[in-house]
Amino acid sequence: NMKYFSRLRVRRVYKWLGEPTFNRKLKTYEYGSLAINVDGLPKTTIINVGQHILIEGDDEDHPYVAKVIRLFADESGKRKKVCVQWFVRVSEVPLNKLKQLGREPHPQEIFFYQGRSCDDEVNAESILRPVQVVHVEAEAKFPVIKDEDTLFVKLSWDSKTFKVVDSSLVGPVLSTPPLPSPLPHPSSRRALPTPDPLIMARACSGEVRRSRVCMSAGKVGSLEAESLHSATKLSASKCLSAKRRSASARTPGVRKKLELNSPEKTTQGDIQGQQLDEKLDSEMMLAQRLSSSPPRMEPLPHCLTPLRSGHRALASPLSHRLTPLRKSHRADVVEADVPNSSVLTPKRRNSTPRRNSTTRGQKAATPSQKKEGRTSREPALAVLAEVDNENSPMLPVAATPRSSKRKSAQLVSLRIRKQLNLLDCQLYLNSDGEDEDEFVPSKKELRSSSEDEEEEDEELDSDEDVVSKKRRNAAGLRTPRSKQKSGSSARTPRKTPNKRITPSTPRTPRHATPSIPSRSLPARQPSNALEEARTRLHVSSVPESLPCREQEFQDIYSFVESKVIDGTGGCMYISGVPGTGKTATVHEVMRCLQHAAEVDEIPSFTFIEINGMKMTDPHQAYVQILQKLTGQKATADHAAALLEKRFSNPAPRKESTVLLVDELDLLWTRKQNVMYNLFDWPTRRHARLVVLTIANTMDLPERIMINRVASRLGLTRMSFQPYTFKQLQQIIMSRLNKVKAFEEDALQLVSRKVAALSGDARRCLDICRRATEICEHSAAAPSTARLVGMGHVMEALNEMFSSTYVTAIKYASVQEQLFLRAVIAEFRRRGLEEATFQQVFVQHQALCRVEGLQPISVSEGLAVCQRLGACRLLLLESSRLGVLLRVRLNVSQDDVLYALKAE
Amino acid sequence: MSKRKVKDSHLPVGECITEVQSILRERLCCNLHPDKPEEIEAQHKHLLELLKRTVIHGESNSVLIVAPRGAGKTMLLKCVLRDLLQEKEAEKSLLQVHLNGLLQTDDRIALKEITRQLHLENVVGDKVFGSFAENLAFLLEALKKGDRSSSRPVLFILDEFDLFAHHKNQTLLYNLFDVAQSAQAPIAVVGLTCRLDVLELLEKRVKSRFSHRQIHLLSTLTFCQYVQRVQTQLSLPENFPDKKFGQEWNKSITTLCKDASVEEVLRRHFNTSKDFRSMHALLMLCLSRVSVSKPVLKPADVLEASKLRFADAKGNMLHGLSILELCLIIAMKHLNDVYEDEPFNLQMVHNEFKKFLQRKSNSMYNFEQPVIMKAFEHLQQLELIRPVDSSTAKIQKEYQLMRLMLNHSQIMEALQKYPQCPTDVKQWAKSAFA
Repeated sequence: NMKYFSRLRVRRVYKWLGEPTFNRKLKTYEYGSLAINVDGLPKTTIINVGQHILIEGDDEDHPYVAKVIRLFADESGKRKKVCVQWFVRVSEVPLNKLKQLGREPHPQEIFFYQGRSCDDEVNAESILRPVQVVHVEAEAKFPVIKDEDTLFVKLSWDSKTFKVVDSSLVGPVLSTPPLPSPLPHPSSRRALPTPDPLIMARACSGEVRRSRVCMSAGKVGSLEAESLHSATKLSASKCLSAKRRSASARTPGVRKKLELNSPEKTTQGDIQGQQLDEKLDSEMMLAQRLSSSPPRMEPLPHCLTPLRSGHRALASPLSHRLTPLRKSHRADVVEADVPNSSVLTPKRRNSTPRRNSTTRGQKAATPSQKKEGRTSREPALAVLAEVDNENSPMLPVAATPRSSKRKSAQLVSLRIRKQLNLLDCQLYLNSDGEDEDEFVPSKKELRSSSEDEEEEDEELDSDEDVVSKKRRNAAGLRTPRSKQKSGSSARTPRKTPNKRITPSTPRTPRHATPSIPSRSLPARQPSNALEEARTRLHVSSVPESLPCREQEFQDIYSFVESKVIDGTGGCMYISGVPGTGKTATVHEVMRCLQHAAEVDEIPSFTFIEINGMKMTDPHQAYVQILQKLTGQKATADHAAALLEKRFSNPAPRKESTVLLVDELDLLWTRKQNVMYNLFDWPTRRHARLVVLTIANTMDLPERIMINRVASRLGLTRMSFQPYTFKQLQQIIMSRLNKVKAFEEDALQLVSRKVAALSGDARRCLDICRRATEICEHSAAAPSTARLVGMGHVMEALNEMFSSTYVTAIKYASVQEQLFLRAVIAEFRRRGLEEATFQQVFVQHQALCRVEGLQPISVSEGLAVCQRLGACRLLLLESSRLGVLLRVRLNVSQDDVLYALKAE
Repeated sequence: MSKRKVKDSHLPVGECITEVQSILRERLCCNLHPDKPEEIEAQHKHLLELLKRTVIHGESNSVLIVAPRGAGKTMLLKCVLRDLLQEKEAEKSLLQVHLNGLLQTDDRIALKEITRQLHLENVVGDKVFGSFAENLAFLLEALKKGDRSSSRPVLFILDEFDLFAHHKNQTLLYNLFDVAQSAQAPIAVVGLTCRLDVLELLEKRVKSRFSHRQIHLLSTLTFCQYVQRVQTQLSLPENFPDKKFGQEWNKSITTLCKDASVEEVLRRHFNTSKDFRSMHALLMLCLSRVSVSKPVLKPADVLEASKLRFADAKGNMLHGLSILELCLIIAMKHLNDVYEDEPFNLQMVHNEFKKFLQRKSNSMYNFEQPVIMKAFEHLQQLELIRPVDSSTAKIQKEYQLMRLMLNHSQIMEALQKYPQCPTDVKQWAKSAFA
């Protein structure tokens, strides 16, 4: 519950206990233990060396875990410090690396951290509280402990791989995984569930609304402590899931069979069910009864059970009645699940809105669990009641003794389950994936709970095997753990509750991202040399190497590499005109560095990239960085705050981050705070942030940045010169890579021309591509392989670079040409490069008479003028001015005269 | 001639005329696309090949079609698309997004429109469409997820392309061209514009990402072709229900086009503008003069229609002015003559008018100052005169400087046609100095 203290920003007081021993070498005072007092509470927490602790971190719900190695104060004795051995939570391991685990991680699992890039010295003030860390043998199962403050270590993590960790490193070891913690009433574990035909029937008929009323009513009656708010939330989520389930369970044939095959109706629970059965059509009455029942301990299981098993019934009406054994197994399983789900709830809060509908119930339940845990003797019950609205198959009902196992019933139930499983598989295609979780408990689940019920287990196992064989084969993994994994990968309905939770572990609460639909026919591959050349010359095709930028590549590489290795931060400014390979080079560097990180030459790092042109507002930069870094979505202000916190807090175990900011100039704001932050973060001691910025102008820092921004950007600058013709030629050659499509001279012409104009490699490639097209068209037969020659390149160059004004004037109508002449005549007369339409029009009328044409009216003249203005041969004022609008030429007078003369 | 024919035709003349009207009007108004691109085969081939490569090979491309208004940019594109969609692959896979710079006036609207046309909103489900930033991120993500060989090609058509260049930061254009230049979903960006200087509008980064392909459509039409086009546009098809009427009509059209006066009118139109749209407008006016009582097109119809087309808008407005207003206009004209187009105010005009009145003994034109003021204001409302600067509040109305928005010739022409214009006013207008 310390978590909540920290959230409330409770002040803690830290005090040394015992006398210090002075360490001469390090000049520190070493202590044995530390006492933590929370203001206003009498309780004192004592931290000893060797103990496991939680340390304040970015995520308040998931503080860092560590083991105390040393407690010491510095020479002055003022600052309390702790030397720690870190542990990594599942959520701290990058998602892609988590796959190496080969199984679903246990939500309470942590990993012994052996990475290098981590400061092991922290302020004692960041300690929150002690935590219990238990070592588990690699092959053993996770023990079932409902205490959420207990964490399990199986493996170590060195930011690359997982390894089995030695128990001596971790500390207190549980020699054997503890047995499932005993229930308040051991007999109840054998309890037959109390299936509620009422709810089953409701589920089948899909009467969700009324059932919701019933549920929430029952809740209010039974759990006073629960707030109304959470109750409604819960019921809403129940309602949702029930609805979904009822949709999937609507297979009349199966249902009938079920009812035929339900032989056992003698247990108390069933009698109760029968009673309810009688009131099948009066749910409202039931609700009343439930709500009117006094909040004693006893009715709790009773009124909860029907509800909860009702949920199960919604999912699988069949298996419900007919698999009593399984349910009793599950009673254990459920307990194991409880802590999991409650531990995970905070994280789930981040999840997508869609998710929420299913998880809200659990979330809402957490606080109440706490309350219950204190007030009642049966915390598990209370927890179960709410937490596992979908998951928990049943409650250990106290008063349903059932010792005799009916083999016949079991057999029937097995048979039916088989059918159901098949059915599930089909249904699954149309359903959400979470719905069927509890249709069949996974084998593992069963196993974990079956240590005292061997005989049935065997049967069940064999049964499970039949069904799951196929899937497991597909997964190709045979270890018991792999079952979880195979389950998730193959999307089988047999997920363990654990797994059900893990899908939300990815922090990215993304929707299924949209995409352009895929095409029915695959794209055709190039069929001849010219097409091949064209594909290779397309700017988008990623070249094998980047020729002509070796030096720049090397500089950037060594810059980033050194920063990543040192774990420091820095900025670099890269400038160059468009099309000189800035972004491409940085990307290439990152590819190489990431490869290096993979083969463990340098510490791993995160690479993210933003582009000033790809955002609508400079402040969106924060949002995008945060989203790419953590997957969180936030508003710009909030994201800025979060990033600020992330980069300024002494964060242990942080990977370096390399941030590429493309088109930096667009992040300019009046106050320049976006740029300021981008350049300020790397200077923070704990940020480990390398910022590479790209823009076009070399003097951008001097031109647009205020001093404090420019100063932080620093002087690490690099400028990409425009390509020379030789470089351009080399680029084309390397892209073509021995595809013979161009004549040597033609290539040289293109590269010289482009080098003279802009040195833009994109232009160069585009021209070459166009030249191949021209070549292809001019060829008599498409089959004849031809080389692109000078002529084709010339034509392409002309197409792209020649001014079209002259041709446009040539093909203009007579009056338009005349008007242009009039404009020039008027300019010459006045000696100004500007005239009003009125003045030009007088000249125009005169010219008409000279040419022997009928003079045109003013309206017509204006229309002619506007047409010339539309294609920007003339520059005009707004047409509202009528004859008063001023006219200017957008072409040189010589061009106009040349065009008119050539006719 | 016409009446004779009515008797031996299969259909009554009324029905024939209705038929003629409907066929020809459809032809002139509905912008039907020719089966074969005439005069622009090369451009057609270029564009078709380009789009085919996008569709079939998944090669991203960008191209601009630049041509003056009415030159057939849209027609070219529509023809190409029609031919393209005859390919099976194209028909199955091509996604089209049509944007118009006049409709999508900023990137926010454009993005919404793109998502709508790509039907991406289905993927989002019931999610309310978020902010501009989210939209952009959303679309970019969608395009980024695609790849050359497996995604359906998307064709972006940006009509009035130059207007997109005025959007803030040219974000949309940058991103479209950037996608076209990187290994993402294959797209083709086709821009249509009439601005020859469109490339200068593009920001340097945007420009660098544009492939610099431009297709120019320049009309090489000669007058003969123009007349030919008029004839084909007016001719009835072979399958006209009443064969005889059809033949007669076509014959009359042939003779019409050979008529000297008609040719002169057409040449005048041809000289002004070569584009087909203005020709169609002229022909529409001709066509509307055809009726049951006059079921043929006569040269006079063409002349009348041409007169309507060439009518001067401002000049026509002068015909509706009162004598006083006309006098004021004349006074302004004199002021313009004397002071060489310097602006004037009401007081100056009034003085000029008084000078004219002094020479006259009769008091016919004696108006009170407020009346003159009102007339002056009316002229301003008609935008025949226009204040020099818009800051009207400070200066008294009488002294506000104005300019005349009429040409000398327009005034003289209007005076000629003005019904019952007093001769002394006419003379005053003609006199060099008042």
